[in-house]
Amino acid sequence: MVYYIFRRMLMMIPTLVITSALIFAIIEAPPGDYLESYIAELKAQGEAVDTARIEYLRKEYGFDKSPVERYFNWVGGMFVGDFGYSFAYELPVTAVVGDRLFLTVVVSMATIIFTWLIAFPIGIYSATRQYSWGDYGFTFLGLLGLAIPNFLLALVLMYLANVWFGTSIGGLVDPAFVGQPMSWAKFVSVLHHLWIPVIVIGTAGTAGMIRRIRANLLDELQKQYVTTARAKGLHPFKALVKYPLRMSLNFFISDIGSLLPAVISGAEVVAIVLSLETTGPLLISALQQQDMYLAGSFLMFLSLLTVVGVLISDIALAWLDPRIRLSGGVRK
Amino acid sequence: MTLPANATRLPHTVSDQPFDPDAIYKYTDAQKALFEASQLRLMWWKFRRHKPALISGIFLAVLYFSILISELLAPYNLETRNSSHIYAPPQAIHLFHNGEFIGPFVYGFDYKLNMENLKREYVPNLEKVQPLRFFCSGEKYKFWGLFEASFRFVCPAEKGTMFLLGTDRLGRDVLSRIIYGARISLTIGLLGVGVSLVLGIVIGGMAGYYGGLFDVLSQRLIEVIQSLPSIPLWLALAAILPITWSPIVVYFGITVILGLLDWTGLARTVRSKLLALREEDYVSAAQVMGASSRRIVFRHLIPGFASHLIATATIAIPTMILGETTLSFLGLGLRAPITSWGVLLTEAQNINAVALYPWLLWPVLPVILVVLAYNFFGDGLRDAADPYK
Repeated sequence: MVYYIFRRMLMMIPTLVITSALIFAIIEAPPGDYLESYIAELKAQGEAVDTARIEYLRKEYGFDKSPVERYFNWVGGMFVGDFGYSFAYELPVTAVVGDRLFLTVVVSMATIIFTWLIAFPIGIYSATRQYSWGDYGFTFLGLLGLAIPNFLLALVLMYLANVWFGTSIGGLVDPAFVGQPMSWAKFVSVLHHLWIPVIVIGTAGTAGMIRRIRANLLDELQKQYVTTARAKGLHPFKALVKYPLRMSLNFFISDIGSLLPAVISGAEVVAIVLSLETTGPLLISALQQQDMYLAGSFLMFLSLLTVVGVLISDIALAWLDPRIRLSGGVRK
Repeated sequence: MTLPANATRLPHTVSDQPFDPDAIYKYTDAQKALFEASQLRLMWWKFRRHKPALISGIFLAVLYFSILISELLAPYNLETRNSSHIYAPPQAIHLFHNGEFIGPFVYGFDYKLNMENLKREYVPNLEKVQPLRFFCSGEKYKFWGLFEASFRFVCPAEKGTMFLLGTDRLGRDVLSRIIYGARISLTIGLLGVGVSLVLGIVIGGMAGYYGGLFDVLSQRLIEVIQSLPSIPLWLALAAILPITWSPIVVYFGITVILGLLDWTGLARTVRSKLLALREEDYVSAAQVMGASSRRIVFRHLIPGFASHLIATATIAIPTMILGETTLSFLGLGLRAPITSWGVLLTEAQNINAVALYPWLLWPVLPVILVVLAYNFFGDGLRDAADPYK
């Protein structure tokens, strides 16, 4: 086991190296850089360009050097905790992202719990009563959730929430609480606003999860050991939950890996529509403004989380299910 | 071996009854048809039984046929502006006027600018009865940009209007724009899946059959691409497309981007299927008979799971249609004058539109229907792809 974990960690290194190169290439690819568009913008507004400062930034962040050199500077910096500097915010990347991290995690965790609470009972219901009206109904609802573009659902729900409950439009707290320290009233206000993003982000995930729980559980329920258990007179609840359900949760554990980056990235498009102060819109605007260190370091952080998440779920799978071989091809 | 001395040979007899292979066990016609059916026929039989899939398939076929004749179906041209009807609400079709049947018609609008809040207010005028015309000569259009024509299936009354789904900020008919938008929205998924199918089969096939270094490298690459969050990746790639490109080139650029990010799943499927099928007896038989590896892969292995592959690809199409919608919504997808459902939805992206002009949300209906139809259709295909199950 220790050897397996060690080997997997070694294999992460080339993956991360390729990822970092790819991210850097993607961010470098659009013509121009942030400073150029910044200067152009200042000139367009008729403001004086602080040449000394621009020159300083250009030197400091090596825009005068070759891309290869810059790449190594960037990667080297990350090893010592220097994720670069956000030009748009004029702050180090860690400070910009750190500000928004807390809210992002709150929204994401709430979404995940919502997804599980809804998907589990419905998935089990659908599998045990296959082809019943309930099964068809839930399957259809789930597909509908998958088919509606998230941003539209967000818009409509936001509007309806405003009309029906008077919830203020956009953001996660009432405008009165913006910039105020955390208090009980503010917390309640957050709860009032939280349900829209949670439902909107959750629908697509819930739909997918119901389908997978149903499919996996159906596969297990057809196996002979379930028939045997029933024939022996095991309590129906035990014959469902203790054995088949447990076996069908392998996919769930391998999902935990992909949860990790999702918690941090905070569904981008929905967050933009609802103007949530999460990391998603930050990343999108950074990509659009070519704020390259902010975008690059954040993307890199996300893919590191993905790789670590996959490792965690692989280890958990191997630990829980003795049938999974450790050598070669752990994932099916 | 010699016979004992006193033995005689049995006489050599041949039954003179006509040969009937079914003499012992008679197959029914249905069984015969089943045994003799080709693979495609078996798939069709199985697919036919999946009613939602069948209906979805017919629905999709009708939609794809409609994009061939969008000009005939739409009551207006894509860019026709009705400056006197900006943000006009939908006009309902009526059949009876004052208790008298006069066929489908709409009531004309009386327009008034509310001076208090500067809102355009349209009130149906019950005097203005504007019967719709069918198989009529309406606004001139260029059919597929090739030749001029004016024949349409349905047109508004002379000097009348027909905005069944309302108009947008330039007074363009939303229904017509949805009909035209289908051209782009329906094909973008197909082209994208085409790109990802080619990439997936080639890369996955080579990785699965040759193995070795290529396999390791491609697996790492797939892992890398899958570990990147998809929306930022779309954005970054869409930002690379130069602003100077013409909209139609951007359209192809977007399809390639959607395809480039989607092939990883297909490549994995192809690879694992090849790895599994490589050990089958019929492959060993082909090898023993001296078939080249190329022949084995393309003649024996790929056809073995092509149907499965196509079914998997079908399920990827709705993701691409939604992806295009999202990209356009963020302003990084297609640009006017190319009109897709996603581009239409960008008009409805602020809360004002939802509150004041909710009919601008109509383009979401075809998106939902198409995504649902593709999901059912793909499910049916996937079940049918394995007819022996």
